[in-house]
Amino acid sequence: MSQAQLDQSVDLEALRAKLAGKQGRQYWRSLEELAQTPEFRAYVDNEFAAGAPEWDDRFSRRSFLQIMGASLALAGLSAGCTRQPEEKIVPYVKQPEYVVPGKPMYFATSDVLAGYGRGLLVQSNDGRPTKIDGNPDHPASPGPFAPQKAGMTFGAADIYAIASILGMYDPDRSQAVKYLGEYNTWTAFTTVMSNAAEKIGTQQGQGLYLLTETVTSPTLIAQMQALLAKYPKAVWTQHEPVNRDQSRQGAMLAFGEDAQAVYHFDRAARIVAVDSDFVTTGPASVRQAHDFAAGRRVRAGIAAGEMNRLYAVESTLTSTGATADHRLALSPAEIDRFVRLLAAKLGISVGQVEPGAVDAEFVEVVAQDLAEHAGRGLVITGEGQPAHVHALVHAINEKLGNHGPNRPIEFIEPVAASLDQGQSLRDLVKAIDQNLVETLIVLGGNPVYNAPADLSFKAHYEKVQTRIHLGLYEDETAALSHWHIPQAHLLESWSDARSVDGTVGIIQPLIAPLYNGKTAHDLLTVLLGEGGRNGQRLVQDYWKTQISGAEFEKAWRKALHDGVVPGTQRAAKAVTAKAAVDLPRLSAARAANDQVDIILRPDPSVWDGRFANNGWLQELPRPITKLTWDNALLVSPATARDLGAKNGDVLDLTSGAYRLAAPVFITPGHADGCMTLHLGYGRMRAGHVGTNVGANAYALRQTDQPWVVRDVKVAHTGRTHQLVDSQKHHSMENRDLVRGGTLDEFLHNPASIAKSHHEDNLHLSLYEPYKFTGTQWAMTIDLTACIGCNACTIACQSENNIPVVGKAQVAVGREMHWIRVDHYYSNDANHPDPNQPESEFQPVTCMHCENAPCEVVCPVGATQHSDDGLNDMVYNRCIGTRYCSNNCPYKVRRFNFLEYQRPVAESLQLMQNPNVTVRMRGVMEKCTYCVQRISAARIGAKKRGITDPSISAGGDEDYNILDGEVVTACQAACPTQAIIFGNMNDPSSQVAQSRLPHQPHNYGMLTELNTRPRTTYLARVRNVHPKLAAATHEEHY
Amino acid sequence: MKRLFTPYTNTIARATALGVPLLVLIAGGFGRMWLDSSYETGVGEAIDQPVPFSHEHHVAGLGIDCRFCHLSAETSSVAGVPATEVCMTCHSQIWTNAQMLQPVRDSFEKGQPIQWVRVNDLPDFVYFDHSIHVAKGVGCAECHGEVHRMPMTWKAQNLHMTWCLDCHRDPEKQLRPKDVVFSTDWFSGARAKLGAEIARENKVNTKGLTNCSTCHR
Repeated sequence: MSQAQLDQSVDLEALRAKLAGKQGRQYWRSLEELAQTPEFRAYVDNEFAAGAPEWDDRFSRRSFLQIMGASLALAGLSAGCTRQPEEKIVPYVKQPEYVVPGKPMYFATSDVLAGYGRGLLVQSNDGRPTKIDGNPDHPASPGPFAPQKAGMTFGAADIYAIASILGMYDPDRSQAVKYLGEYNTWTAFTTVMSNAAEKIGTQQGQGLYLLTETVTSPTLIAQMQALLAKYPKAVWTQHEPVNRDQSRQGAMLAFGEDAQAVYHFDRAARIVAVDSDFVTTGPASVRQAHDFAAGRRVRAGIAAGEMNRLYAVESTLTSTGATADHRLALSPAEIDRFVRLLAAKLGISVGQVEPGAVDAEFVEVVAQDLAEHAGRGLVITGEGQPAHVHALVHAINEKLGNHGPNRPIEFIEPVAASLDQGQSLRDLVKAIDQNLVETLIVLGGNPVYNAPADLSFKAHYEKVQTRIHLGLYEDETAALSHWHIPQAHLLESWSDARSVDGTVGIIQPLIAPLYNGKTAHDLLTVLLGEGGRNGQRLVQDYWKTQISGAEFEKAWRKALHDGVVPGTQRAAKAVTAKAAVDLPRLSAARAANDQVDIILRPDPSVWDGRFANNGWLQELPRPITKLTWDNALLVSPATARDLGAKNGDVLDLTSGAYRLAAPVFITPGHADGCMTLHLGYGRMRAGHVGTNVGANAYALRQTDQPWVVRDVKVAHTGRTHQLVDSQKHHSMENRDLVRGGTLDEFLHNPASIAKSHHEDNLHLSLYEPYKFTGTQWAMTIDLTACIGCNACTIACQSENNIPVVGKAQVAVGREMHWIRVDHYYSNDANHPDPNQPESEFQPVTCMHCENAPCEVVCPVGATQHSDDGLNDMVYNRCIGTRYCSNNCPYKVRRFNFLEYQRPVAESLQLMQNPNVTVRMRGVMEKCTYCVQRISAARIGAKKRGITDPSISAGGDEDYNILDGEVVTACQAACPTQAIIFGNMNDPSSQVAQSRLPHQPHNYGMLTELNTRPRTTYLARVRNVHPKLAAATHEEHY
Repeated sequence: MKRLFTPYTNTIARATALGVPLLVLIAGGFGRMWLDSSYETGVGEAIDQPVPFSHEHHVAGLGIDCRFCHLSAETSSVAGVPATEVCMTCHSQIWTNAQMLQPVRDSFEKGQPIQWVRVNDLPDFVYFDHSIHVAKGVGCAECHGEVHRMPMTWKAQNLHMTWCLDCHRDPEKQLRPKDVVFSTDWFSGARAKLGAEIARENKVNTKGLTNCSTCHR
């Protein structure tokens, strides 16, 4: 909802008093809701917000009525006379092998985030890639915990991987070679470059500089090495906005050499995340979230020691903090202090450290818990922490024996070149200053936008004689380059990439380049005088040098099929931490009241800005704030009050010579005295979607303060900016929707944690209860496992052709996501402060109620119940009364108000899933449990059933779908396997096993309404430390 | 005071009360006839194609099986329209100079596909699967008609939803033995009895066949 409508008028003290009087755990979604402000009430009471039926169209009301009248008069004629438009069938000229029209094919490939590869399984329909899943054979995208009994296995994936399909079809992508801003040709470029290469050759590459992002592609590295051999004086610079500079320096401090940690969360019983959002941030996050969740699958019969415990210490509330069993919000300076205190408690010499604002008991408990689980503990810190914190964390882990083979942390030789990227870029700028740079080739990346402000990269870049840029978009860097070459998307390219553990995945094209894009490989072949070598040959030739001759063809085909080259992970590396870490003096706390630390972090949706033009990602409500289409200064309610700032107030930030104005967004759970601003916004040339969205945090970023800008002066501008978040949309007014308790409570009385305050479960009916026999679909969502990463929402959007509506439409509550992830704050006796609440996530889909309230109110029968328990939605019958949505207690129905699917570009039509109807304006839609996948499985099972002797002709059903044959899109994408789907009448199915009576903590939402929902939940279980949980809820026992 | 209504008014009122509903009924009846008419549905209307392909010649004359060209009818939702290559298996040998086959040869030489006009076109919100119908014993001819008598191809059925549902509610009448599923001229006088037997054999079960999501999704 828009903050202009909901002015922040909440009194923290009053809320504290209010919460103090409550028993048990209180759940709330926003401070306004907690306070029940009149504005909030008004907003909730009006589901279809003000202005809902309006459209800023060209027609006046009068002309609209005229047209309506005319069209009504003609309706009788036109309905009969309009015949279906003629359609063409275009078969192949030569049918390719293996292609069966109507049957999708899957290919394994990789994509790259921050330089590191992640495995993909891409669905291709008639030659068009349409859907991306993870490749379960790739280490970065693991599949289900237990192997499926049948059906195709998908790996998990994160939002960036899934949404990259939209990136490929993006009509704003750069489509032509440009020279000085004018259209030109690749041939012209290669001619010019070949000539230039000769000249460069005569001076041994003097003056040739190449700027890439982090590179892990073995083929590209080999090409680069060949280039550097040919032109020994050429210089290769690497710059990636989200790099591992701090980790690298930390390892150097701790071990005297660079080493990269590989984390095995499944081996850890106690985890301490020190400002590390390991479950959703970074190229290893999917793997890490998966392994982490493996240690917290709370099911009936679990023993006390089988669940891991996560402590999170962080400034910004992240998914990791929200998932944690205990969380401590500290400002950056205090996090440093916390780590020192923890190290001191564990017997590492750190000198005298005052406890400061850090809760001493918390440190004590964490230290003791870690010591008790020595060798099975894992302390991890994030890239945002300075090198000495990394070094201290290494020392702590080493002290506890957490390092080593089969321990939670193993070390390997760094996967990417061990390089101080900050220094590398500084050197480049210095060389430009000294006029050493004649030709600068930017191979991917957008340094003009994302270089730290203190380098004034833009001004420097313009001084270079010849500037060549290869990029997916005509972005900020392209605008200042002499030559711009359109880059081929990864789904159009041949290449390879190493994942965080070193495993190589081959990148193969799913489609010929839509816009004649070129790869970095292509560009380098020109410089190497090998122009015309194609990408496939290049990658293949490189791997011929790595795999011995006779077996090559077989090994190559297998690597392409599996998506990974076996045996390529980096070998373990033995490292020993030094006895003592040289620590700088603890930085002082906040200098003055109008000064704060600004924490910079990659954005949970657009990362470092490269996904800024991706509408799916821009519109995706961010995991915690539920903000869409913007970034903002996230600040705690208490600090906002100190600064006198309200939601949407634009503040002026000054750090030395660097200034930025950005709006405030109040986020309970944020540490006091600091603010967080995400990178990746304020793009000037991103495309139609991403240009001029949000504030450019790079304007504050400095090479010596890449992640935390200290002592930034804050001033009010008096302006406001409309921030749109979905946190208050689809409010179900807090009727015991999220339930949970502690592991202790679960072990004593498992059902207690799922108990509702006003559940009666009478299931009264005047009629005989309907008997749901045969296959009956159901879903269970495990709230303990959910990390709120949004992968389900994006996977659903991709699978089900869900449109993007834009910021203005989100502001009036019209986002179309079929599955939303609600974020709740909660307070209990141990966490009474609304400034520092705990968090819960709850994904909400259509519940497919057995007694569906929507079905009975539809005047045209457009929503009906199917025999297999689905709440079917028939788009072609729907006339758009919206009665069903009004009667839906779960608020899961979405109405297409304004022809959101109107095709803006042909390329986007290619992306649509051919097995799902593209809905038009005026039609209600909602989660279907991926009915297209159910249909495909049912048809397969029916064909199988004809010859299957176990199915009798007179039986209830002529098919038997095996468990695992139907995997919904959200389920496939989920890294923690929080979503379980299947036939609940099959007693051995995973979903039946996850429901009552097998799982006593299974509950349905709003069951007191007698809706009998098919989507049910497993209550959230927290593994709290007894010393940090004082008064538990006695009433449960 | 002058009377407002004359005695005729009653007659007019009666005539209107009877006549208007009658007119509406008649109009409705004509409307329905219109919707079912072949003018509206296109049933029986031969459609111009880039190549005047004759099913009559190829099926009845030469005895080519449906699956020679529509090769994924048994395995996929789409039956498939043959690649130019398939035409050229024979036509690189026979009728190599026929003028009417020029588009086929052009397509093969230039690598440009032939653009056929769809004859049986379901709305985009309907998802039909050939393979399951074939597997359960619904012959091609049940929907596509006597293709072996079509010199040019036309639509044999109106493809209205009621027509689909007639069979989904009571499929037995439309089932046939496995060996004649691909026959277009098979006829049996005892279909009702035979159908029940085939339904048992192919385990045809109407449960779920009339769910909305069986065809719409």
